[in-house]
Amino acid sequence: MSVDTRTPAEAATPAPTRSYAAYSRPLWRRALMTREFAVIALLLVVFFYSNAQVPNFDGPLTLYYLFLDITPILLIALPMTMIIITGEIDLSVASTVGLTSVLTGVLHQDAGMSLPAAALLAVVVGAVCGAFNGFLVGYVGLPSLAVTIGTLALYRGIAVGLLGTTAITDFPDKWTDLATERIQEGSSYPLVLLPIIVLIAVFALLLHFSPFGRGVFEIGLNDEAAHFTGVDVARTKLILFVLSGAVSALAGIYFTLRYGSARGDNATGMELQVIAAVLLGGVSIFGGRGALHGVVAGVVLIGVLSSAMRLEGQTVNVINIVIGLLLVASVMSTSLLSWVSARTGGKGGPRALVRRRQSATEPRKAQA
Amino acid sequence: MKLLNRRLSALAAVGLAASLSLTACGSDDGDSGSGSGSGGGGGDVAITMLPKNLGNPYFDTSTKGAEAAAKEVGATLEEVGPDTATPDAQVPFINTAAQQGVDALIVSANDPTAICDALEEASGAGTKIVTFDSDTDPECRDLYISQADAAGIAKAQVDLIAEQIGDQGEIAVLSAAANATNQNEWIKLMEEELEANHPDIELVDTVYGDDDDQTSFDKTAALLESHPDLKGIVSPTTVGIAAAARYLSTSDAKGKVKLTGLGTPNQMRQYVEDGTVDAFALWNPEDLGYLAAFAADALASGDIEGAEGDTFTAGELGDYEVGADGVVLLGEPFVFDKSNIADFDF
Repeated sequence: MSVDTRTPAEAATPAPTRSYAAYSRPLWRRALMTREFAVIALLLVVFFYSNAQVPNFDGPLTLYYLFLDITPILLIALPMTMIIITGEIDLSVASTVGLTSVLTGVLHQDAGMSLPAAALLAVVVGAVCGAFNGFLVGYVGLPSLAVTIGTLALYRGIAVGLLGTTAITDFPDKWTDLATERIQEGSSYPLVLLPIIVLIAVFALLLHFSPFGRGVFEIGLNDEAAHFTGVDVARTKLILFVLSGAVSALAGIYFTLRYGSARGDNATGMELQVIAAVLLGGVSIFGGRGALHGVVAGVVLIGVLSSAMRLEGQTVNVINIVIGLLLVASVMSTSLLSWVSARTGGKGGPRALVRRRQSATEPRKAQA
Repeated sequence: MKLLNRRLSALAAVGLAASLSLTACGSDDGDSGSGSGSGGGGGDVAITMLPKNLGNPYFDTSTKGAEAAAKEVGATLEEVGPDTATPDAQVPFINTAAQQGVDALIVSANDPTAICDALEEASGAGTKIVTFDSDTDPECRDLYISQADAAGIAKAQVDLIAEQIGDQGEIAVLSAAANATNQNEWIKLMEEELEANHPDIELVDTVYGDDDDQTSFDKTAALLESHPDLKGIVSPTTVGIAAAARYLSTSDAKGKVKLTGLGTPNQMRQYVEDGTVDAFALWNPEDLGYLAAFAADALASGDIEGAEGDTFTAGELGDYEVGADGVVLLGEPFVFDKSNIADFDF
């Protein structure tokens, strides 16, 4: 990737090093006093509380079903995290799940393709769906909210149009069993966890340890500035939406195999679950801030809460209310924190970040 | 600096504590609920009732029947369910029943095969599976409580519409979801019945309202638009027939386009009284839930195994025998019209 990845901070050496040093906190503080850590802590508390208090939560099936349930959400949350960090959003993911699910079924049954071939083609179609979003957002410059609301309806429409409201259910057992297979007999861990861990690692490397990832954060903070520091903003967004489409297709195939049923209405409304989990995980909806470990914790937290509350016999409405309140509380706490820190001249919020930048560049200007 | 740090930590702590107390509240409610449930019932058998979705008056009524039956046999019954009638939303509730190791699960399937794996897991954990209202593939469950013989239901509806339109002209079907097991079987049998005994009636269209009131309403409007000569609509779903009746009652077609199908008396009462609808059919969903709970209890306590020829007693409904493929038949459909609708309240 020939992207110039210098952030303004890096460009302005050595003055910023000094100014960061003046502001910096001990490493343990930086690691622990974060939104991500708060989510992880909350997850641990809820998990151990449920384990001790919720009947049957400590049973052998809980983790197994938990992982099966969060798999598609976790998958889609990975590219969604990066897209939201750039300040964009992708609302068409669940529709892409439905479309690729139907396609897998149609290609397998009606076109007579083998399941792996049908799945591969579905991933390609998912990537094309994402590329269409990415092209309109990145190169045409349309707002992603509007574009993906449109394609949300479009992709779902095609999905339901292809099959009507019927379902294709005739899949070979060896493939449908694969979706729910355990790592070993009696284990709580489904086999599907392995590729997901690999994908999480790949996305974490991409976002947090690669020039591309630094470009993603730069775009979220200020896409014009990112452009002038050499980040190819349009191409970055295109790549992110293509990733999102392709990963949504993987989720679509998973849906098809787990339920043994290719349906146009698969995963209806899942885009909101994904976005809720991403925001709960500490990613700023305004872009520029977030980390993948927080998002993974956010997804698992919602999964554990739902599972525990279902075991308690709560209705789906109560579960939705609790998760909704949790999300609002978490977004509010971020705003409160940055408001307080902005008022007190602290260093937590985005304004403090801008100030930090300014103080980093000003001495250099003075010298020049 | 120090002051600021302290404030930040305090805020974070407050936030964390607030979210925790929030979740703790939810759990506490559940605790007391399930605690009193198992304490009050005092029975050995724990049954979970999983309708297609919650907030559906039809299933509210069947659950009422199941609760009455559970009370009679001393079992505990808990109703759970998703807010949308899709199989992927239903599966987590089946999984939860397996985790809890409930003795029996009564389920109305949103898809005949998509929930099978989950049901098999539950079955493997020792849970007896009873489907009611909408069946799965037979190998995924122990018993199916059928509302009425499919052929009987189809024939009742064809007879009703034939009588109302003078046995000739165009009719259409307004169904629920296109892959609803029961709907499709009835429609197929209705077609056969029409072909065999009503040569002058032509079935011109089948549309799907997805058991959604607004969709069904819109589809009814579209049906009348695209088939100006339409003489009758058969809607074998309670949501569909009520939405269609609501549309017809305010349109020019009121009384001219006949409407029949399967509906509940409370939903249809006003349309029968104002002349939009002459007569419609249904079984009693309360009896259906009542019978399902008795069957579930009989299975779970080992009185029957679900084999063909097994017999059990279902309280005031009397004795039932398990038929081929583990099907238990509630009875013949019941026809509601102006003369008797006032006697029913469900």
